[in-house]
Amino acid sequence: MSAMTIAEKILAQHSGKESVSPGDLLFAKVDRILGTDVTASLSIQVFKDMGAEKVFDPSLLVLVNDHFVPAKDIQAAQLSKNMRQFAHEQGVDAYFEVGRSGICHSIVPDQGLVKPGDLLVGADSHTCTYGAVGALATGVGSTDMAAAWALGELWFRVPSTIRVEVTGKLKPFVGAKDVILHVISKLGVDGALYKVLEFHGDTIEAMNIDERITISNMAVEAGAKSGIIPSDEITLTYMKEVGVHDAQLLDADPDAHYDSVLRVDVSDLKPQVAKPYLPSNAVDVDEVVGQQLEQVVIGSCTNGRVSDFEVAWRLLQGKKVHPSTRLLIIPSTREIFQQLMANGWANDFVEAGAVITPSTCGPCIGGHMGVLAEEETGLYTTNRNFVGRNGHPTSKVFLSGPAVAAVSAIRGKITNPEVMF
Amino acid sequence: MEGTVFRYGDNIDTDVIIPARYCTEYTADKLAPHALEDLDRTFVQRVKDGDIIVAGKNFGCGSSRENAPIAIKGAGVACVIAESFARIFYRNSINIGLPILECPEAVQGSMEGDRLHIDIKTGEIENLTQSGHWKAVAFPEGIQEIISLGGLAAYVRARLNPVK
Ligand code: SF4
Repeated sequence: MSAMTIAEKILAQHSGKESVSPGDLLFAKVDRILGTDVTASLSIQVFKDMGAEKVFDPSLLVLVNDHFVPAKDIQAAQLSKNMRQFAHEQGVDAYFEVGRSGICHSIVPDQGLVKPGDLLVGADSHTCTYGAVGALATGVGSTDMAAAWALGELWFRVPSTIRVEVTGKLKPFVGAKDVILHVISKLGVDGALYKVLEFHGDTIEAMNIDERITISNMAVEAGAKSGIIPSDEITLTYMKEVGVHDAQLLDADPDAHYDSVLRVDVSDLKPQVAKPYLPSNAVDVDEVVGQQLEQVVIGSCTNGRVSDFEVAWRLLQGKKVHPSTRLLIIPSTREIFQQLMANGWANDFVEAGAVITPSTCGPCIGGHMGVLAEEETGLYTTNRNFVGRNGHPTSKVFLSGPAVAAVSAIRGKITNPEVMF
Repeated sequence: MEGTVFRYGDNIDTDVIIPARYCTEYTADKLAPHALEDLDRTFVQRVKDGDIIVAGKNFGCGSSRENAPIAIKGAGVACVIAESFARIFYRNSINIGLPILECPEAVQGSMEGDRLHIDIKTGEIENLTQSGHWKAVAFPEGIQEIISLGGLAAYVRARLNPVK
């Protein structure tokens, strides 16, 4: 048997093959299929057009209300209604209703719906997030999702893998987001097109699951199919916490073949900010300090977890949000929101002048609950800053981690936390 | 097929192909009037059935929204030629039957307003305005099969109801 990368191992195992090589086209069984309110309705229509009646196996389906909820308008309400009815008809247990839901990429891992070695598809581009726990997970479209519902499998082209070695101890105020923004700036937005990023190195090994989620989440921003991190003891401990007791260690074979190797030493990395309109436009925060901000958003599937809010809270507690700036805090799930309340952070955020929104994609996709007006500028901890992504086409969004976002909300302009404290 | 070129740059993302504000809709007739709205306000008025989008690298990057190729196809675009495609857009286009071709040379050799003649089966592209002739990267065999059936929905239908 030839030596394989993590992605190759997972695809071989799910297609019943001894080994696979990049470029092979195959059908592989999937362990989970994720849909959301924004993508499921079209899939339901296509599923019916396919002449399908029952899904292959209802336990494969995960359906999450997150993008336009609580319903932003009548059409959005209809999208959720379609998905709700379908989940009911098909007997899908993993259906997440408003109030018990959250952003899908936090729901799936936290509800124990993915484990190392799994093959997952989702009709959402940031499905690559689950690489954080050693799964091969990738975004697909609505027709793909309908096909996977009907067949329990889907076509894949075996991707080649870029090995990314990240080494060095991070400085204060520098975190996973700064690392991944820096890596993407090296690769470019299409640097990993049709490929998988496999992350290694002591910096990654030292990260908790929240931080690894930030890393894997943004793999697609370099065009990658997925961003995988080998599963280790940290992964297994997390898996037990979420009720998965049969999770396994998984790594690439030592002599696996890589498309290329990218080595990044992050010991001297400064806090990073990606300028509009590409996530690959990362620069040291010092290059953009002073940029006035109308809105700061801390949340999303990239940085909406307890560790992210802890970073923000440490900097914000006892301070006030600048009078000309609005600060939105978006806990990714109900459980994360409860944690913010239990720790007293929720109150401190509100006291500082922030608004805490329900767990929604809302502002991240320019949908609702904080859309930008003409010419407005924001600093978001989200993952994309394309033209019109977050509101009016002339609005601008800078991307950063929670530390830069928190201090910038206080000053009303982009600020380097190293200088402020 | 033959059509007029609409020429765009690199990294045309799904947020400009069809902004999220329209993504509570998912049918071609509702999406098509907003195709490329945030990139080129006049596109929808100018485009005619059978026209061709020619763009740089990483066309269709960003979200997984299938609404993007549906909007383009619904607006009348018969084919997209790019230096490269973002992978979900590539899948979605194949799955919904929007012809796409990867051909950096044809992209370099074509300008806004040029007339192109395309043979989707062979991947041959001819520029009738500036005289140029290229061949796009061929699709792998398994994908050809899906395309020849008319998209993934037809493929699944055939698998679910095999002809006895
Ligand atoms: S938070 Fe943003 S990036 Fe994440 S799933 Fe929602 S819309 Fe997509």
